[in-house]
Amino acid sequence: MIEVINLEKHFGDSKVLKGINITIEKGDIVVVIGPSGSGKSTFLRCLNCMEDPTGGQIIFNGVDIADMKVDINVHRRRMGMVFQHFNLFSNKTVIQNIMLAPVLIQCQELRRAKRRNLWIRCSNLFRKAENKRELVAIGTTRAQIKAKARADALSLLKRIGLEDKAEVYPSTLSGGQKQRVAIIRSLAMNPDVILFDEPTSALDPEMVGEVLDLMKALAREGMTMIIVTHEMGFAREVANRVLFIDDGRILESAPPEEFFGAPKNPRLKEFLSKVLA
Amino acid sequence: MGNFPQKVDRFIESFIAQNGYVRVLEGLRNTLLIAVCGLLIGILIGTVIATVRVIPKYKRLPRILNGFCSFYVGLFRGTPIVVQLLVFYYVMLPLMGIRMTGVQVSMLVFGLNSGAYISEIMRSGILSVDPGQMEGGRAVGLSFGTTMIRIVIPQAVKNILPTLGNEFIALIKETSVVSFVGAADLYVAFSYIGSNTYEFMVPYLVMAVIYILLVLIISTGIRIMERSLRRSDRSH
Repeated sequence: MIEVINLEKHFGDSKVLKGINITIEKGDIVVVIGPSGSGKSTFLRCLNCMEDPTGGQIIFNGVDIADMKVDINVHRRRMGMVFQHFNLFSNKTVIQNIMLAPVLIQCQELRRAKRRNLWIRCSNLFRKAENKRELVAIGTTRAQIKAKARADALSLLKRIGLEDKAEVYPSTLSGGQKQRVAIIRSLAMNPDVILFDEPTSALDPEMVGEVLDLMKALAREGMTMIIVTHEMGFAREVANRVLFIDDGRILESAPPEEFFGAPKNPRLKEFLSKVLA
Repeated sequence: MGNFPQKVDRFIESFIAQNGYVRVLEGLRNTLLIAVCGLLIGILIGTVIATVRVIPKYKRLPRILNGFCSFYVGLFRGTPIVVQLLVFYYVMLPLMGIRMTGVQVSMLVFGLNSGAYISEIMRSGILSVDPGQMEGGRAVGLSFGTTMIRIVIPQAVKNILPTLGNEFIALIKETSVVSFVGAADLYVAFSYIGSNTYEFMVPYLVMAVIYILLVLIISTGIRIMERSLRRSDRSH
């Protein structure tokens, strides 16, 4: 589903990614680990062009999204992202946070369809009866879009047990609650894949569990996930592939048993001996 | 000072009996009209310029727009407002063959002028918003513009509201120069009363009081607005 070919990224003179190649299939749960400054976050952020790659290709659903000419917004809708610092919209309530993007995007499409119909209707005035053009079918109204998005958002909130927090602002939530809302906010777009950028690193230890539980539940449902994390236990339990990135390259890529049980790369051995000790 | 009560009597007579209050009310209306329209135009222009200036600049179009905005801001911050009024009224409009009243020109010029100042205020407001908010918006597939309008600018406005209020107050006070282009504001009304009675002390005193009252009312209004906008910040 995602094919990364020779991905490179440099900030000024410093090369952060030096040619990364990987293929991610539907349903894969890939965990990326590595020392700080190794480029693992940059790699993840390049995948949905939060950082524009300076070289290489990212083929997502058959389209090279590293190409500056494609409309990246369309592809980002199929590719959710969860951040270390949650990045919930602080001027919107919890439910607005979840509904905002689905509603805005569908309303945008609705407006586009209406504009198109207006144009067709005008041009039809000058056509003969036999070759009048058909109008684009419009099945919904703004109110319906909103009502449906609201119902979807509420059922997502119910899933994480926060339906009573729907109308509060994110500043009143705990870290774990914020991160879970952030996860279902990206779920609300029905993405094909979700990218997690150190989702538990900014949380108090007692809240890490609730976020990891939600991620495990998503994994069981077959969501494709790419996760940058320091949670080795989580990687071992959930991942079906673990990547070790250091110095801008993938040094090891293996299933978790092999990755943790029999690491081959000397740098990975050293890294594991430090973090697992 | 000995005949101060007498001066007050003369002012009151001129103010009420000789319809001075009509001119004052008109002046007040014009002053407020110029300040409010100026502020609205200014916010519009300022927001657009501030947005242009924070767009990432690796493509050519943002760079050209950015250059143009810098030029605009430099131009309007680098010349006194009176000069701008005079140039617009006596140079630009005749050259373009447009007829406008003094009040209309003043609204336009004050809008263009405050736009330059507000753009800098707005830019600092936008920069004060956590960059994560923009990333959050982009990550769910919203465009730069949509995220800016829906997420970043509302938060920026909340942060800069006190400064924006200052700008509005400054604007109200600055409008006292519009008589240069023949717009009848508060100053014009009171100097009319003064020259009618050959007595300037009381009219100008009253004028000062009216300006102070205006500013007090506005600053109270801003405080109330600020409080209601802070709602989303309150924890628990």
